[in-house]
Amino acid sequence: MTGPGAPTRMLRGEHVRRVVWLPGTDLLRGTCFCGAERDAEDPVELWEWLLAHPDHGGTPAVPTRPAPRELASI
Amino acid sequence: MSEFVRDQWYVAAYGSEVGRELLARTILGEPIVLYRTGDGTAVALADRCVHRRFPLSESKLVDDTIVCGYHGFTYGTDGACVAVPGQKRIPRTARVPSYPVVEQDSFVWVWIGDAGKAATTPVPRAPWLADPGYATVCGMEPLNARASLLVDNLMDLSHETYLHGGYIGTPEVAETPITTEVDDEAGVVYVSRHMDDTECPPFYAESTGLAGRITRWQDIEFHPPCLYLLHSRVAPVGVLPNADGTDPDAFHVEVVYAITPSTENSTYDFWAVARDFAQDDAEVSDYLRESNRTVVLQDVDALNVLEKVIADEPAGYQELSINIDTGGLAARRILARMARAGDPTKVGS
Repeated sequence: MTGPGAPTRMLRGEHVRRVVWLPGTDLLRGTCFCGAERDAEDPVELWEWLLAHPDHGGTPAVPTRPAPRELASI
Repeated sequence: MSEFVRDQWYVAAYGSEVGRELLARTILGEPIVLYRTGDGTAVALADRCVHRRFPLSESKLVDDTIVCGYHGFTYGTDGACVAVPGQKRIPRTARVPSYPVVEQDSFVWVWIGDAGKAATTPVPRAPWLADPGYATVCGMEPLNARASLLVDNLMDLSHETYLHGGYIGTPEVAETPITTEVDDEAGVVYVSRHMDDTECPPFYAESTGLAGRITRWQDIEFHPPCLYLLHSRVAPVGVLPNADGTDPDAFHVEVVYAITPSTENSTYDFWAVARDFAQDDAEVSDYLRESNRTVVLQDVDALNVLEKVIADEPAGYQELSINIDTGGLAARRILARMARAGDPTKVGS
């Protein structure tokens, strides 16, 4: 879903890797904590790319980081 | 190769299970006997007499000591032998290991690994289970499968549609895309699935009284290696939390799993369901207890079958992962890293 109830950034750490399944597609979008992004169809490939930080290839984008919600239990 | 992650806190039992009867549990392959002293303190000792390996859990609790049921070796709460039969001298090595224990959030946690690291390692939290603002039903089902299969199962809730139809599964669960986040430093995997207009499954319709379609959110926090939290939110379609974070018009269910490896191929599946509505309604409690136990047993049956299949296959069997597996793959990677870190023979491998 993409509306007001869509998942927002939940984890507050400085080194959070994020994978969003793009609604209406079969694509996954991976975002490294450095801001680098990549789309892929295979989650195994995408995790390998994310974990290769800082060797993502190309110039990292500037990350945008909305304020995370406080976790309930940590 | 062992998948066990040592130097961690694990749930050994509910506090309500530990009393003046001796309770046997095997955790990460280690046989443990649990009991409670006269002043209410929970104790965990190795469940083998140092003399001839007789299980202390098959023995007798006398005051706060265990008297071995075979030859009478007697152990105090710290595992030290305080009496042996027929002689006054107690051998210096007459002692069984004792385990660090913490009671928290209705669970009895034991530390498996280097006891010197226990005090500096926080015990994971599931605060709803002991919160008077919530009503909780819970249970434990033994699973004849490796713990990693239960982790896989819980990290990908799309299986609800196919395995748990008629209880918690609806078509929208499998159809709705997920968002996954991983914080390696904090050791958390988070998976969100927010369904904004979905069928209400019986589990929630019967317990909340909601009729018609609903907004249903599933937010998973997995704290490897053993604590799984599912923040479940259901509300009428279109009802969202307020901007200040309050959420008075939704129903919240905190589903907690403590995944405790017993042996390489068996697991204790502790489950609990805490709710912030109808707290005093016994019928709702009975319904949720029976429904969730049914769901858990559906998983247990499936995973028992799966364990038999993969146990007979050669190592390195082929799998295929798709989008729904994104969170499970992240959890597997962290668990593998933790297992290597706790096993000197595997560091760097």
